[in-house]
Amino acid sequence: MLVHLRRSIVVAVFFLVVCGLAYPLAGTGLAQLAFHHQANGSLTADGSTLIGQQWSGPQWFQGRPSATVSPSGKPNPYDAMASGASNLGPRSKVLEQHVAARAAALRKEGITPTNELVTSSGSGLDPDISPRSAYAQVDAVARARHLPRSVVAHLVATQVHQPELGFLGEPVVNVLELNLALSKLS
Amino acid sequence: MGYFWTIVVLVAVLALAWRFLGSYLAAVYEGRVTYLRFVERPLYRLLAVDPEAEQSWTRYAGALLVFSAVALLLSYLLIRIQGSLPFNPQHLGAVPPALSWNTAVSFVTNTNWQNYAGESTMSYFSQMAVLEVQQFVSAAVGIAVAVALIRGFARRGSSTIGNFWLDLVRGVLYVLVPIAFLAGVVFVGQGAVQTLGGPAVVHNALDGATQTIARGPAGFMEAIKQLGTNGGGFFNANGAHPFENPTGLTNLLSIALLLCIPVALTYTFGKLAGSVRQGVAVLAAMTIIFGAWLGVASFAESQPNPAVTATHAVAQPQGNMVGKEARFGPLSSSLYNVASTQTSTGSIDSANDSYTPMGGFALLTGMMLGEVTPGGVGSGLYTILLFAIITVFIGGLMIGRTPEYLGKKIQAREVKLAAFAVLVMPLVVLVLTAVATSVHAGRAGPLNAGPHGFSEILYAFTSQANNNGSAFAGLSGNTAFYNVTGGLAMLFGRFAIIVPTLALAGTLAAKEAVPAGLGTFRTDTPLFTGLLIGIIIIVGGLTFFPAVALGPIVEQLSHGRLF
Repeated sequence: MLVHLRRSIVVAVFFLVVCGLAYPLAGTGLAQLAFHHQANGSLTADGSTLIGQQWSGPQWFQGRPSATVSPSGKPNPYDAMASGASNLGPRSKVLEQHVAARAAALRKEGITPTNELVTSSGSGLDPDISPRSAYAQVDAVARARHLPRSVVAHLVATQVHQPELGFLGEPVVNVLELNLALSKLS
Repeated sequence: MGYFWTIVVLVAVLALAWRFLGSYLAAVYEGRVTYLRFVERPLYRLLAVDPEAEQSWTRYAGALLVFSAVALLLSYLLIRIQGSLPFNPQHLGAVPPALSWNTAVSFVTNTNWQNYAGESTMSYFSQMAVLEVQQFVSAAVGIAVAVALIRGFARRGSSTIGNFWLDLVRGVLYVLVPIAFLAGVVFVGQGAVQTLGGPAVVHNALDGATQTIARGPAGFMEAIKQLGTNGGGFFNANGAHPFENPTGLTNLLSIALLLCIPVALTYTFGKLAGSVRQGVAVLAAMTIIFGAWLGVASFAESQPNPAVTATHAVAQPQGNMVGKEARFGPLSSSLYNVASTQTSTGSIDSANDSYTPMGGFALLTGMMLGEVTPGGVGSGLYTILLFAIITVFIGGLMIGRTPEYLGKKIQAREVKLAAFAVLVMPLVVLVLTAVATSVHAGRAGPLNAGPHGFSEILYAFTSQANNNGSAFAGLSGNTAFYNVTGGLAMLFGRFAIIVPTLALAGTLAAKEAVPAGLGTFRTDTPLFTGLLIGIIIIVGGLTFFPAVALGPIVEQLSHGRLF
């Protein structure tokens, strides 16, 4: 028993050093050298392209609703310190109310709601929407910015990311990249 | 079409892992891989372990239990004092006692149930030097037990089943660290974060908003989280978080990583314990059940979400997008979460709680089958071999002959040990679910009303007793009641199965081989695979059907009703 205990302690310390310090710190060193941009969060001057943001006003393309909640328990969309989903079940009345309210708000802005634009994501930080959801906002954005519809629609088309290798995942539009391109347009 | 090719590529990768990783594992645990001798030798000297000496099953189990207890205590202490330790840019304080207990048990038992949000609770030191360490070590312990059981079948008249210290060290050094490191590079290259720099504050000049973004050394943790079928993410949102799982490529890599060792071990098993065909028979049973459950979940999630449908506000052409990321969509998400629930990983790339009733059914019942399809690293193989013993026993009853498996006579002691080990998990799940639904502290947990609230409780104990770690995450688990009971479920679900499994390894190793005769029931045939599938489903189904009927099934049948 005692010999097991002594060995256990030595091995636990050995693994703490190898797996808990050497492995992640070597990984961090390599990542910072080889993938500096990605390893630090894919940051641009206006935010991370991997972390969604709350966009205010009809002059910007909107992302998905976010279910993130501040530490005090209040809804705080796109709180990147508190990722998470709504966890509302498939027959939840609360979910129905959230979706209905979001759909009504979109219609008020002149946007025909799409599936993603009324449902919150798993992370609450989804940086993307589907191309369909981007096209659904073209009219509203063009109107707010006094731009020809065709110009905005063309902009969306240039921003569609196809699935990697043609089959991994879904085609998406990154909302931050799209809005950056939009800001350069006008 | 994209989904079809995703599955084709996954199957191809797993076929290669089965053959080559499988034979590599055999070589590692037979001591034929030696390129890290220069690390091993001084360590064994320090431990006073003779690399040639072996242990009886009791000594092997004793070493495993003492080591796990030390790991548990050390993990608990370190997260309790994380406030005074380095790598803590957010100045996070001590983790409270009940939560520390639950978390320490969770990572030592390879469960990775998380009653906390990583980015706001755990310092970088805790994430790396406590949780990540256990993600390596608990995985190596699981593989060690499986290898010990394989030796039990392979050996004739032997009093020993291997050396725990060697199996543990070799699993970490030769298998887990190298593969995880390579995968970690891919994760980071694709966009997973790996920094010690603390949260970033960004100001968006376009519309004037400021955002603070949690970061950390997440990318390399993601690799071992998946490879070791652990599932505990750096961030609260787990594999749905773009900093853990940024692209379609990392999504597929995650799935391949968590399946590769459990699948490869069936080759290792066949190679060492008789013939590769024996391993194929077991793998076939795993694959058929996995495929059926994947089909159910993929179909269910490509259907509309009932609550969204009830608004009549929007079409749902892709299917259920509630709790799913746009870059993955319902199909790839289903694949990820089915793979993760059936390997005892428990990571998620979409919110389980918001799956359709039948999608949630597939996730929940996938665990209820005992995590054998293909199950966790090591634990999947040793648990399905327990089912295999019960299968040959029932086959033997039918023809009135003492059953054999891999040349070993299966007698009363072996059947008792296997039956005991198989019944531990259902007992823990059903008793604790019953307790939770009968006391106020338990009923206070669920977020959702109606049958879904019951499903959240049932899911929590099913997940913890199976060492899975995924959740119907609406449940508020960070309470004294759920932290303590969940910790007990995880401990029993792990060690009350490991100890009888090692006892079984010991008695099997001591037996002499019986030559296969005309009356021997062959265990490398489709007939055996079919019987094995039947036993797994009947045991799981009979035990859990009443409970599941009260949760996902009644929810599915409640057409037009919301709760």
